[in-house]
Amino acid sequence: MTANQREDIPMTDSSLVTLTVREALRDGMAEEMIRDESVFLMGEEVAEYNGAYKVSQGLLDQFGAKRVVDTPITEHGFAGLGVGAAFGGLRPIVEFMTFNFSMQAIDQIINSAAKTLYMSGGQMGCPIVFRGPNGAASRVGAQHSHCYASWYAHCPGLKVISPYSAGDAKALLKAAIRDPNPVVFLENELLYGRSFDDVSQDPDYVLPIGKALIRREGKDVTLTAFSIMVGKALEAADRLAEEGIEAEVIDLRTLRPLDVETIVESVMKTNRIVSIEESWPFAGIGSEMAALMMEHAFDYLDAPVLRVTGADVPMPYAANLEHLALPQVESIVEAAKAVCYRS
Amino acid sequence: MPKLLTQKEALKAYRDMLLIRRFEERASQLYGMGLIAGFCHLYIGQEAVVVGIQSVLKSQDTVITAYRDHGHMLACDMDPKGVMAELTGRSGGYSKGKGGSMHMFSREKNFFGGHGIVGAQIPIGAGLAFAHKYKEDKGVCIASMGDGASNQGQVYESYNMAALWGLPVVYVIENNHYGMGTSVERSSAGPNYYGRGQGWGIPGEKVDGMRLMEVMAAAQRATDHARSGKGPYILEFDTYRYRGHSMSDPAKYRSKEEVEEVKIHRDPIDYFRTYMTETLKIKEAQIKVIDDEVKKTVLEAVEFSKTSPEPDPSELYTDILKEEAPLQ
Ligand SMILES: Cc1ncc(C[n+]2csc(CCOP(=O)(O)OP(=O)(O)O)c2C)c(N)n1
Ligand SMILES: [Mg+2]
Repeated sequence: MTANQREDIPMTDSSLVTLTVREALRDGMAEEMIRDESVFLMGEEVAEYNGAYKVSQGLLDQFGAKRVVDTPITEHGFAGLGVGAAFGGLRPIVEFMTFNFSMQAIDQIINSAAKTLYMSGGQMGCPIVFRGPNGAASRVGAQHSHCYASWYAHCPGLKVISPYSAGDAKALLKAAIRDPNPVVFLENELLYGRSFDDVSQDPDYVLPIGKALIRREGKDVTLTAFSIMVGKALEAADRLAEEGIEAEVIDLRTLRPLDVETIVESVMKTNRIVSIEESWPFAGIGSEMAALMMEHAFDYLDAPVLRVTGADVPMPYAANLEHLALPQVESIVEAAKAVCYRS
Repeated sequence: MPKLLTQKEALKAYRDMLLIRRFEERASQLYGMGLIAGFCHLYIGQEAVVVGIQSVLKSQDTVITAYRDHGHMLACDMDPKGVMAELTGRSGGYSKGKGGSMHMFSREKNFFGGHGIVGAQIPIGAGLAFAHKYKEDKGVCIASMGDGASNQGQVYESYNMAALWGLPVVYVIENNHYGMGTSVERSSAGPNYYGRGQGWGIPGEKVDGMRLMEVMAAAQRATDHARSGKGPYILEFDTYRYRGHSMSDPAKYRSKEEVEEVKIHRDPIDYFRTYMTETLKIKEAQIKVIDDEVKKTVLEAVEFSKTSPEPDPSELYTDILKEEAPLQ
């Protein structure tokens, strides 16, 4: 199945084009900024430098300095300022140069953005998007490589999205910007330059948050992944097919709220599931997956839930060690075979 | 020299300060009775600060503060019933009983909380100011913090951005000389909080926060500055909290004499009352009318806070996310 043979994009949409994830994200922001005057982008190097990873290329020229705002290096401060601007009726898009730096700001994201609606008895929505690259890039060591999906997905009051393809990146970012809640939007640096042929050019096209996508159908084992790991899972599925194992690959797309229904339906068919993520194993997305399958699909499981995760270590710099620390196609294939009792 | 108030202005200010004092005294009682729980930070002693500032604000202006927030809310004209019922954790509270003493908000009155994380309200306040500027509504944000909060890094991150972008925000430091049990002498090297914006060119002044008219005059200068597009302003108010940090604090870190000294010589309400009778020649009988009205208002709030039902159990899972906006 190629990316554009998808049930959720109407086939009548003849405007699908091929773009990189980077371009798709930029287009998504630009369309929403045209649509809604209250949307603005702020972050380090987003304006004059056109984004540390060039995601905001051209936005300053298009929208001017009022709406594309270069901030000082002050994550805690500008995350809080963004929250205040959202309380004040604007729709900020706050870019972190990487989500590793959002640790400086996590207090504002959780204690201020996520909890205030509840603490105010429903008065105080905070329509804000925190976005930027998340997870391992390449050879940047322990402080620039972590995936924070499970950290943010832990928190009620947030929505957490982590797309794979360019089309999803655009349509989900647009949905995030329109959403009245705080959304953490986890991109991936290694995906920025990758092209996908699934990008809608219809400015009204958005994807629903909270819906997973079956990227490959299969009857033998379910593989769940998000962001760059979807690509690895698809590669693993190709290899497994050569060995006669038909893997179903689910692109989670949203981590909170997680599309449990789609996963459970798949497991009812395959009776086996492997969860894939690049973050640490303890209390990760995979742990949650295992618990959810116990709660919702226990009677359908023919094998224990397995997790393929990053190694439980700070990310090493050395090329060989970095390779070992990240989930690879081989480890996914191995885990899938293990739950099929085929190793 | 602060200008003289009219009788009407004076009576309103007196009423607002007295309402806060009486409200807090009752809250203290309710806490003792077990009707209010958790952390409860009283504002007694500091009343002139919020009442003075509020008197110069315009309808579009926004206010944000930390957890010692009851006074700010009453000064913003929020309903004492809703505030007290939040303290008792009832459905009639401003946050339906789900926020508590430290977390209350009123969109209607432009009061943006009520924040329990020391210092977090300061960049949020700069963000409210950012929105004022972006929307060109000529509004100003009043962002208040304590002397303790003034040492948080995000305060300075906020000063920098506010100065850099000329945001209409007035930073208010309510220096009550203690952050919990730590005096400013023990927490702050060079405790001239008003001067800490100097590096960014933010004007600041120190004002006697126990003297209502001085607060009013300073607040006018600061908001005029911010409103006219000149950027942020810092006001440090020298004030004092009479009670412990929260209801569970016996305040052993300071002497009784120190507290008595302030109560006798600097009390903001006593001082203002004398000003009303001696300078403005307001009659005792007029003041008595207000005393009675305030007492009645507070008793009604207490009654409401006791009789308003607890939130329905179904409220546990509401207000976590806002209803989806239509996507298309
Ligand atoms: C980030 C954070 N650290 C510590 C606390 C605990 N705490 C609550 S109030 C307080 C003292 C703050 O003093 P100050 O800012 O002077 O305000 P005041 O209580 O005097 O109004 C502390 C340490 C907190 N709530 N948040
Ligand atoms: Mg203090």
